Formats: sequence, structure tokens, C-alpha cells
Amino acid sequence: MSNIGSYEKRVKDFNWSISEKELGYKEGDVLNIGWYCSDRICQMGKANKPALIWDGLGGKKSSYSFNDVRLASNTIGAFLRKIGVRNEDRVCLFLDKIPELYLGFIGILKIGAIAQPLFSAFGDESLHVRLENAETTVIITQRKHVSKVRKIKDKLPDLKHVIIVDHDGKKPLRDGEMIFSLKEETPVEEFEIFPTKAESPSVLHYTSGTTGQPKGVKHVHYSLIGQYLTAKWVLDLKDNDIYWCTADPGWVTGTSYGIIGPWSLGITQCVLDTGFSAEAWYKFIEKHKVTVWYSAPTAIRSLMKAGDEVIKKYDLSSLRHLASVGEPLNSEAVIWSKKVFGKYFLDTYWQTETGAMMLTNFPGMKVKPGSMGKPFPGIMAAVLDPKSFEPDGEPGKIGLIAFKPGWPSMMRTYWNNEETYRAKFVNDWYVSGDRASIDKEGYYWFVGRDDDVINTGGHLVSPFEVESALLEHEAVAESAVVAKPDEVNMEVVKAVVVLKPGFEPSEELELKIMNFIRKKLSPLAMPQETEYVDSLPKTRSGKIMRRLLHAKEWGEEIGDTSTLEGEE
Amino acid sequence: MEDIKKTVLEYVIEEYVEDEDEELTYDTPLISGGIVDSFSMVSLKRFLESKYKISIPDEKATPEAFDSVDKIYELVKEFVKE
Repeated sequence: MSNIGSYEKRVKDFNWSISEKELGYKEGDVLNIGWYCSDRICQMGKANKPALIWDGLGGKKSSYSFNDVRLASNTIGAFLRKIGVRNEDRVCLFLDKIPELYLGFIGILKIGAIAQPLFSAFGDESLHVRLENAETTVIITQRKHVSKVRKIKDKLPDLKHVIIVDHDGKKPLRDGEMIFSLKEETPVEEFEIFPTKAESPSVLHYTSGTTGQPKGVKHVHYSLIGQYLTAKWVLDLKDNDIYWCTADPGWVTGTSYGIIGPWSLGITQCVLDTGFSAEAWYKFIEKHKVTVWYSAPTAIRSLMKAGDEVIKKYDLSSLRHLASVGEPLNSEAVIWSKKVFGKYFLDTYWQTETGAMMLTNFPGMKVKPGSMGKPFPGIMAAVLDPKSFEPDGEPGKIGLIAFKPGWPSMMRTYWNNEETYRAKFVNDWYVSGDRASIDKEGYYWFVGRDDDVINTGGHLVSPFEVESALLEHEAVAESAVVAKPDEVNMEVVKAVVVLKPGFEPSEELELKIMNFIRKKLSPLAMPQETEYVDSLPKTRSGKIMRRLLHAKEWGEEIGDTSTLEGEE
Repeated sequence: MEDIKKTVLEYVIEEYVEDEDEELTYDTPLISGGIVDSFSMVSLKRFLESKYKISIPDEKATPEAFDSVDKIYELVKEFVKE
């Protein structure tokens, strides 16, 4: 029997108080996610239960019980307090998927500070704009990434401390840098957790839009109410499960369902901090007897590409429930998973802004491969007409995915950008920026983005950010960045470039441009193809018509070109 | 041919290694070792194709085939004309 039981019955009887009651929370109480994910689980008699089983590079491994998580997060919290971090200060976690990332996240929340996890593959420019916008005061990082922080530190007046968690003492520290080693510190047994309330800020995740710099999505401690119940009902997590969420906590899935969801339920989770290889993944599942696996379409398609033979080498019979998030999961991948694992990967749809799952396929529900499923109980979803912004209701008609505001884990604003936040709401609907249709049975079917943002491997890349960075390359006069179809990543970045006089198109130049963007922004933002052109299509007012380039790339109708420069 | 290994190793160190203390050898795991991620693998493939004037088919450009300089050498050798 699944945790959710009958979906229809849950929808009929639903109230978020179900979650509040299970968590023992009443309106007005202190609510601190850090406490709920560690101390509370210990108080429930699970202090010695494994919370984190970690496998890292070079065969390194470690394991932490819930009591270890409690002590380690206390210790990190106490250290941060000692250096002057106060509630609501922004503390960035710029780490690979090492234990300090997970433990540090809980420690930051316990002192009422705001955790700002950032993807450790970000280049110095991507890091800079996010730290600058958040006015981050502390960054916790590791030796291998500290050079990127050093490049930008002088441009960040608010950044007071750079904490290095694995410094071996061999090389000198620079101004503002300090060493923190969890192994060297005396564990802090008694710790006063900051009395955050439901609306106290908790996490700041950055996401990309079509225009402007990345936006800091502010979440609050009350998000727990949504993350707890969705993890329980959609991921179907049960007390004896071994759970593996493959997402990096630099992105929202990695915190909502890679830390908060499972740990607030007292579930054991595994983390693999190595690069991707099909063999390594299957070996990891076999070794730890993973039962619930939450992954991403890009990874699933990469596993498909590696073939079925490799699967036969491993015992994957422990798997009982599979789910996916990031971008739409194509029907072929859903059907393949049933063939090779005996289970469907159930697709889930949500965003950084929603903080928790919104549309999902539930355990026990009829699977329609390629569909995102139905709204989570308590979520009022619709597909809006793009002109009137009213729900259409006609089955199969494409419109904008929207939700009625008010679910617990909804973002509370964009950091320092209230205007853009407000623009996300039309006619009392939160408009997601994605397009879909609903079939006769109420299943949602993803169609695409409603803007120029590129979804590559489940991560959003802003064309504006890449175009701005390209202009800093010595050879680039002008550029337009569009999505290009890709079998594994759904979309990848393509740059259409006009060169400055004196530069000639060449393979070497293309490689230089790729590496320039990879290091400056991130590997995700790196153009996987560069096309050289003499000029870019523009409107008569000089705005680049990305739409035309996108249509050409995807073999779509070009549409209205009446505003195109040079058209009569 | 031995030059290929040296050239690729130097290129990987120059372009992908963030930790200056990290020592790379011909058999250091690159992809599974987290030094080159799956997105960056595309730029490494492009380097090999440009440098050695070869074309590596996508089905051969797997994370396993790019997982060390030794393995990359074996792959490149298939396509480079003596």
C-alpha cells in the first residue's frame, strides 16, 4: 500500500493541516527546518539510524547517523555564530556533494541564517553575480574551488569570510580566509537553535530568466510543510527505505528532496559524489540496496544510451519506486525503465519558484508515458489562455501552466527584485512560464517554455547571461544564444556569432569560445555549437529576433516577420 | 603516438583542473573522477577532433571512453592515420 493511498480521496479530503499535524506544528510555533531534519528525528528514537551514506572520489566513504547530523550541524552553526553570522545573513555553500554540504545546510538553518547553495561547477562570473545580488557575507567552500572565490573577492564588499573545509595547511591563507575542519572541532552537544517562524527566510536558490541577471528565489521555513508531504506521498518514502536523490543541492531538487524531504521524514539517504558513469550508478544501487531513486531525464537517457547489457551485471532488485524531475521525461524513457527495471520512472513537475512538487504521477495511478501527471492534492492548477489569462478547460488545448498562490513552499519573493516577482502573477494566478495541455482525464502534457530560457539537462540557462559573457570575448562583436535540440539533454546552448573585424571563423576559435564560457559561467552554459554569421536578424528598432533563430533550429514556422529589419 | 598522451594530459591539466595541487596521471579517472563533467566532455571531444583532424562519432564518445588519458589515447588512435 502506498503512502498516498487513493489519489481521488486525498484530493477530496485534502488540507495542508495533515502535514502540520504529522510534524506537530501549530500556527505561530517556532518552525526551524534544521531542527526538524535532525533533533526531532533523534527525539523520535532514531538517533542511531543512518541519515547519510556517502561515497566519494577515490573510494572515500563515510556515514552519518541522525545524531551525527545533529551534532555536526550544531558544530557548524556554533562556528558560524562565533565569527559573527546572524539570523538572515546569507551563507553560501559552494561545495561538491561532500558531507559538509548537507551538514552545513542544516547548520546554517539552525542559526536562522539563509542557506545559499550554489552549483560548484559555476565559473567566477556566475558566482560573482549571485553573491553580489545576495550580499552574501560568508562562503563555505573547498580547496579546489577557492581560486574562483579569490578572483572575485575584492569585488564583493559584503563577503567577510571564506571558509575552507578541507585545507591541509600546506599553502598560506589569504585575507578573510579561514579553515574549518569538522573532524578537528569538538562536537557541540547543547545548542540553542534560532527560533525561526513559518515566514522566516530559509533558502535562496538562483534561477535564470530570459532577460536580466539570475534571480534569487527566496523560500521560508514553512516550505517544510509542502516538502515533507510531497516526499511522503509522491516519493512514497517509508521508514525502511534507502533513498537516492541524484540531484546536486546547488539546485532546488537537491535541497527540497535531497535534504529536507527525506530527513524530515527520518529516511536514510545515499549520496554518490563522483562523475557520471552508468556502471558506477548501477554499482551504487546494488551496493547500498537503494529502494527509492529520484533522478533526472538527462541521466535516464544517458543510462539508456549505455545500453541494457550493463544492467544485467548488477542486482538492482532492491529498487521499488522510481521518479524523475528536471525536464519532461519522454515516453521512450518511461517505457524503457519499465522494461529494464520493472518499474516506470514517474515524472514530476515543479520549479525552483514552487519549492515542491506541483504536478506528478503518483504511486498506484495509471501511467501515461510522457505525461507529467496530475496536480498534487491541495494544488489548484490550470492551463491558461495566453491572451486572456483565464483557464481554458478545453482538453488538448495548449496554454500556460499556472497555479493559484498559497501553497506552503511557494517562493516569497525574488531577492532584491520584487517587481519581477510581482510580474509572475496575473489574474491571481502564478504563471510558470511553461506551456502544456490537459487531456480528458486531467493529465498534464508538457509542450515547452513560453520564453527563450534554455532547459539543458534539467537546468535553466539564460540566453541573456551567455550573450553578455560572449561580448567579453575578444573576437565577438554580437551574438544571439538559442536552444538547440539534443537527444540526451533535451536542449543545449547554441551561439550565433558575428565576429569582429580581423577574426576569421575556425574550429580553434569555436573551441576557445566554448572554453571561455565554460570557465566564466558554467559547463551548462557552454555553447555546444557556434554558428558564424555576417549579421543577426533584428527588428527595425534593433532588437535581436531570437525567435527566428530558434524556429530555424527546431524546424518550426517562422511566423510573423513584419517587424524584421529589411522586410517590407 | 606517445605525444598524443602527453598533449592530452597537458590540455586537461590546463583547461579542466581547478585544484592546482591535484596531480594528474595518464590513468587518473577524468569523468568518473569529477574532473571533466559530461557537458565539458563535449569541449574535450572538440579539442581532440580539431587537434588531430579526426571525427569521433557520438556513439564512441562515451563517458567510459573519455575516462582517462590512457582511454582517450586508445580512442584517438582508432581514428588517427599513421
